[in-house]
Amino acid sequence: MASDAKTASSFEEGLKGASEKVAEFHEEQSFLKRLQHWLHQTPSAVPLIVLMVALLVFGVLAENFFKAGTLSVVLQQIAIVGILGCAQSIVILTAGIDLSVGAIAVFSSVLMGQATFRYGVPAELAIVIGLILGTAMGAMNGLLIAKMKLPPFIATLGTWQILLSANFIFSANETIRSSDIAERAAALQFWGGSIQPGGIKILYAVFLMIALVAIMSYVLRSTAWGRHVYATGDDPQAAELAGVPTGKVLIQVYALAGFFCAVAGWVMIGRFGSVSPTASTGQLGNIQSITAVVIGGISLFGGRGSVVGMFFGALIVGVFEMGLRLVGTDPQWTFFLIGVLIIFAVAVDQWIRKVAS
Amino acid sequence: MEPLLKGTNLVKRYGKVTALDHCDFDLYPGEILAVIGDNGAGKSTLIKAISGAVIPDEGEITLEGKPIRFSNPIEARAAGIETVYQTLAMSPALSIADNMFMGRELRAPGIMGSVFRKLDRPRMEKFAREKLNELGLMTIQNINQAVETLSGGQRQGVAVARAAAFGSKVVILDEPTAALGVKESRRVLELIRDVRARGIPIILISHNMPHVFEVADRIHIHRLGKRLCVIKPGEHSMSDAVAYMTGAKLPEGVAEPV
Repeated sequence: MASDAKTASSFEEGLKGASEKVAEFHEEQSFLKRLQHWLHQTPSAVPLIVLMVALLVFGVLAENFFKAGTLSVVLQQIAIVGILGCAQSIVILTAGIDLSVGAIAVFSSVLMGQATFRYGVPAELAIVIGLILGTAMGAMNGLLIAKMKLPPFIATLGTWQILLSANFIFSANETIRSSDIAERAAALQFWGGSIQPGGIKILYAVFLMIALVAIMSYVLRSTAWGRHVYATGDDPQAAELAGVPTGKVLIQVYALAGFFCAVAGWVMIGRFGSVSPTASTGQLGNIQSITAVVIGGISLFGGRGSVVGMFFGALIVGVFEMGLRLVGTDPQWTFFLIGVLIIFAVAVDQWIRKVAS
Repeated sequence: MEPLLKGTNLVKRYGKVTALDHCDFDLYPGEILAVIGDNGAGKSTLIKAISGAVIPDEGEITLEGKPIRFSNPIEARAAGIETVYQTLAMSPALSIADNMFMGRELRAPGIMGSVFRKLDRPRMEKFAREKLNELGLMTIQNINQAVETLSGGQRQGVAVARAAAFGSKVVILDEPTAALGVKESRRVLELIRDVRARGIPIILISHNMPHVFEVADRIHIHRLGKRLCVIKPGEHSMSDAVAYMTGAKLPEGVAEPV
């Protein structure tokens, strides 16, 4: 055996005297390459830069723009999209997509309202019921995707229609009026309350959105579960072999997304005052949240991006809407520019991901 | 001596394809067992059956005499069987430290860890750096760099270091030197010997005959979904082994498989 070993490794004798270092390369990196590398490591930098530029441009173009009042309205406008965006972010980080976020939000708000007004449940308990049912709707998405192996796009395309129509059927298209809620179930409108330091109105909903973004940012970055969410989206087979229970992670992610949607539903009651099954969020919530996520630099291929980026993405949309309105252009320009931004964001993502190969 | 890990009569079918055909397998304490075989012979399925990635249709596996039945790789790992897959099973966008601790993260001490579930990053990074140093993979400057920014050889090194660091009963290496240069291969072979010196047996799957004949104590030759024979490297030549595994020649005392 000893002699065998010698013959086997004789070609390695050429190694004697060779450098002990592993190959190192010191290439002159161009500015573009370094920029690409930097963006690769800090994916929320792109939306932050776009946001800064947008703020500067509108600050110059519209004189009223840089007023605390205007900026607080922008935050107020994006509160719901920001919360739905938290849900959409974790889903897209797993390389999935959730088209049912808006439907879950509206249905949950209707369930909270009807539990109080049709069944006489105390408002606080009705909220808990709504949050639980919203979580259950999300968990159902998760089961379809993790257990039945349906593609997320198809599964949630289905549940979106199912939940939205169930919402119309259950509520009999009935809106609960704001004044009735204020009178009998004020807790439902809690997030519509505000503090007014120096006359500037800041909704509780805005604080809630910022708190959720901060919490999710911590969870995704600094806990094992957060790392598992990224690993599941990055390469599910590898994650499974490395010991990540990917099926469980997916169900938890969709269930948590459902919970955030139900929270958004509760916030909607505060923002709009009334409980309306026909709220536009049911139809548009998914597109708005996906837009925030994509502009925020989260890769639709999963495993890349941050929830803080999503927050910047939502802010960009809000700043564009507000800024263009103050400048006085045709509101269609908002959508035109957001469309351009989406394509720009995805193109940047593709470019950044080339670092990997 | 009793085998540490023993497979009896293992069968695995994928539809009409039989990947494992009443296959037996033995791993003795403290040895390096090489598994060689032609492409499609069922080596990978055998390894996956042992490491929990595939559940055999029939047959029994015992570890230290106790029957085991893993339904996923996590259970196998919990039992002390650590595997380096050919695909390496790493998340490209995550850091080296994250990858080394994937699925067994360390939590920070005190309330930050128990209530807020905060990861103990400094401890994980220190451990990862030590393990990579042992393997001589020092040109990795930053333990927090994403795995996708590493070269193929470095990635393989990280995967091997991960298995060697955590394997307590058995370490399985599937083609560990396939993507490595001469120097890096040498280090991996040294590492394999180090692991054996700690008393942990190793299963080495490889097509590289010089490496197999150099480090293996015994060689399990796999052919047509089952164990054809087990040979000692000192008693047979490399060309014999290749002839056996390709069916060009039959080892003594083995009948032609039907």
